[in-house]
Amino acid sequence: MKPGEIAIISGFSDEILSVKLLEMGCLPGAPVRFNFTAPLGDPICISVLGYELSLRLEEAATISILN
Amino acid sequence: MSAARLKIALVGNPNSGKSSVFNHLTGLNQKIGNFPGVTVEKRSGLSLLPNGTNAEIIDLPGIYSLYPRSLDERIVTEILLDHASPLCPDLVVVIADATNLKRSLLLLTQITDLGLPTVLALNMMDLVARAGISYDLHMLSNELGIPVIPINARKGSGIEELKNAISKPVEVSSKSVFNIYPDLKLAVQSVRERFQLDNDYEAYQFLQQPGSLKFLNDEGRTFLDNVGNTYDFFPGKFQGAEAIHRYTFIQTLLDRVTLKAADLPWKKHTSALDKVLTHKVWGYAIFFAVLFVIFQSIFAWAAVPMDLIDKAFAGISYYFGQILPDSMLTRLLTEGIIPGIGGIIIFVPQIAILFAFIALLEESGYMARVVFLMDKIMRKFGLNGKSIVPLMSGVACAIPAIMATRTIDNWKERMITIFVTPLMSCSARLPVFTILVALVVPDKFVLGIFSLQGLALMGLYLLGFVAAMLTALVMKYLVRVNERSFLLMELPAYRWPKWSNIGYTIVEKTKTFVLEAGKVILAISIVLWVLASYGPGEKFENAREHVLIESANLRLTEEGLENRVAAYKLEHSYAGIIGKGIEPVIRPLGFDWKIGIALITSFAAREVFVGTMATIYSIGSDDDQTIKDRMREEVNPDTGEPRFTPATAFSLLVFYTFAMQCMSTLAIVYRETKGWKWPLLQLAYMSALAYISSFAVFQLLS
Repeated sequence: MKPGEIAIISGFSDEILSVKLLEMGCLPGAPVRFNFTAPLGDPICISVLGYELSLRLEEAATISILN
Repeated sequence: MSAARLKIALVGNPNSGKSSVFNHLTGLNQKIGNFPGVTVEKRSGLSLLPNGTNAEIIDLPGIYSLYPRSLDERIVTEILLDHASPLCPDLVVVIADATNLKRSLLLLTQITDLGLPTVLALNMMDLVARAGISYDLHMLSNELGIPVIPINARKGSGIEELKNAISKPVEVSSKSVFNIYPDLKLAVQSVRERFQLDNDYEAYQFLQQPGSLKFLNDEGRTFLDNVGNTYDFFPGKFQGAEAIHRYTFIQTLLDRVTLKAADLPWKKHTSALDKVLTHKVWGYAIFFAVLFVIFQSIFAWAAVPMDLIDKAFAGISYYFGQILPDSMLTRLLTEGIIPGIGGIIIFVPQIAILFAFIALLEESGYMARVVFLMDKIMRKFGLNGKSIVPLMSGVACAIPAIMATRTIDNWKERMITIFVTPLMSCSARLPVFTILVALVVPDKFVLGIFSLQGLALMGLYLLGFVAAMLTALVMKYLVRVNERSFLLMELPAYRWPKWSNIGYTIVEKTKTFVLEAGKVILAISIVLWVLASYGPGEKFENAREHVLIESANLRLTEEGLENRVAAYKLEHSYAGIIGKGIEPVIRPLGFDWKIGIALITSFAAREVFVGTMATIYSIGSDDDQTIKDRMREEVNPDTGEPRFTPATAFSLLVFYTFAMQCMSTLAIVYRETKGWKWPLLQLAYMSALAYISSFAVFQLLS
C-alpha cells in the first residue's frame, strides 16, 4: 500500500497481535487508510475507525487486506 | 455513616479527557499516592456531590480493554475484579471520547458485563457536533441500560449533570453483551462457586487472565489452571472472538442510535500539522528546537526567582541571627534549618517550568508524535519509542520517569530504559549545574541571543543523554531475552492544551517534590550541621588557642581571626574528618575534603550539594552572603587560587552528570525490578563512569 490508499481489512496472520489490533478497532471488513510513514520509514500511521493509529511496519504486515 | 463513603472509579481510553473530568470533579482536593504494592501513580480526590455527601474519586490509568497490555493497565483490571480490595469501586464512570464512540464502547460493554454499576460520560460532544454527527442519547442509554451523560470536559459543561447522575443510586445494567460460550458454562460455574463471584463474566475473566490478578494466592491459581485443563481452555483463548462479538453488537447499536453520521469518513484536520511535525527534516528540527527552548527557558526564567529565593533565605538567616541570642539552638536555626529549607524551595521555579513543558507536550498530543518520530532510532539502541517519555521525564525526576516505564510492555526494553534513565540529568542536578556553571562560565551571549551559560547547561544535558543512549546500545547486546515488542499507539488529535490541567500538574508535582524530597533534604541539612559544628578531641575544643598559636606572628583583625577559628573548627569537626578520610580518593578528580563532604551527603539526594555548600561555607562567614559568592571566595590553600577553577568545576559537573547519587532512585528501581540486582548494577556502573570521566576531565583541563 502507498500513503493515501484505502483498503479493507480481511484478516490477521498473527494470533497474539490480532487481539490487540481488534481491540484497537482494526476489524475484518473495516476500511483502513495508510496515512504516512515516520521519517525513517517506520513506524507508520494509519486511520481506522475514524482515528489515527501508529504501528510498526512488522505489526502492520500482519494485517491482511483486500484491494 | 461516613465510613461508607462512595468510591467512584474513572475508567476510559487514553486521551479520552479523563484527567480533565477528574480535575473538574475534585478541584484542588486531590492527592497522589501509589496503588498498594505497586508504584503505579494513583490519583484520588474528594468530590462534593449535590446530595451533600463526599465521594472518593479514583483516576485509573487509561485502557482500551480489560485485557491489559502493560503493567500500568493491569492495575485497572485488578481493581475492578478484586472485591476484597479497599479500592474496589461502588460505581464506575466510563469516560468515552464521543468522536470515537465505537472504540470506547468496547471497554464500556466489558465493564457493564462485569456487573458493576456504571455511568457513561460522553466527552467531546462539541467536536461531535462540529463534525456533523448526532446521536440519540436517550436510546443509547436505554439500549445499554445505564445513564448516559453528554459532557464537554474542556469547558466543564455537563459536569453538574454527571455529579447528579452519580449521586443517585445506579442500577446494574440488566443487559449482557457477551454471553459465555455454552462449553464453558460449567467451568465458569465452578469458578463462581470457588471465589464466590456473582457474575459469569467476572468468573470468565478469572479464567482468561489469572496472571493479571495478583490478589490470587497460589492455591487459587492452581485451581484456575485445573479448571482450564478440564474444560480445554487456556488464558487468552477467544479474546479475539470476544472483541469481534462486542464490535458487532456495538455496530448494530450505533446504527440505531446514530441520527446523523459524519460528513467525512476520515479526519482531515490533523494531517496538515502532521505533515510538518513528522517531516523527515522539519520533524526532527522542531523536536530539537522544542528541547532547546525548554532548556533556555529553565535557565533564563528560573534564574531570577531562584536568586530572589537564595537572597531571601540568606536575609532570613541574618535576621534571626541578629534578634535571637547567640546559642546552639539559634545557630542550628540560622546555619542548619533555614539554609536547609532554602535549599528545597530554590528548586521550585525550575521544577514548575519543567513540568509545565512536559504537561504541555502531553496535553497537546505532541508527545505521541515524538514517540512516533523516535521509535525506529530508539529501537536501534535497544529501546522503544515509548522510552522517550521516561527519558524526557527523567529530565524532571528519575522517580516518576522510572514509574512511567510501566507503559513499555517488553521486559528487555523496559529494563534498559530503567537502567539508563538516571543518566538523564534530572532537576536535582540542575541547581548543582546552575551554580557551578554560573561560577566558571562567563555570563556572555553568543550571536547576541544564545546565553553561553544556557549553552553550557544544554551541553551537560546532552552529555547525559549521549551516555544514556550508548549505555543502552551496549546493554542491547548484553541482555539476551527474546520477547516481542509492540508499538501500537494512538496518535491523538492535536488540541489546544487545557491550561488548568497544566496548572494542576505543576501544583501536584511541585507539592510532591517539596514534601517528599524536602523531608530528606531538611533532615540531611540538620545532620550535616551537627557534623560540621561538633568534633571529637582537643583540637576542636580548643580551636581558638590553636589558631592563636599558629597565627601569632600574623597581624589578624578580629574578623580574620574569627574566620580562621571557624575554618579550623570545620577542619577538625566530624564532617571534616570524614571529608579528609575520602580526600585521597577524590583528589585526582580535583576535589578537596569540603567537596568530599558534599559528595557524601549528595548520595542521599544530589540537590543536597547546594545546601551542603551553603552549610559548610556559612559556618564562620557573614550571614547575608549568597552561596555563589561564598563559593567564589573560597581559596585553595595549596595554590592560593580560587577553589573552583574551571578544571575542578567541570570535573565536578561531569561527576554529577554521571554519578548515581539518589537513594530514592535506587529504592524505586528495587521496587520496579523486584530485586537488588539491577539497582546495584546501576550504582556500580554509574559510579565507575562518573569517577573515570571526572578523572579524565580534571587531568585534561589542569
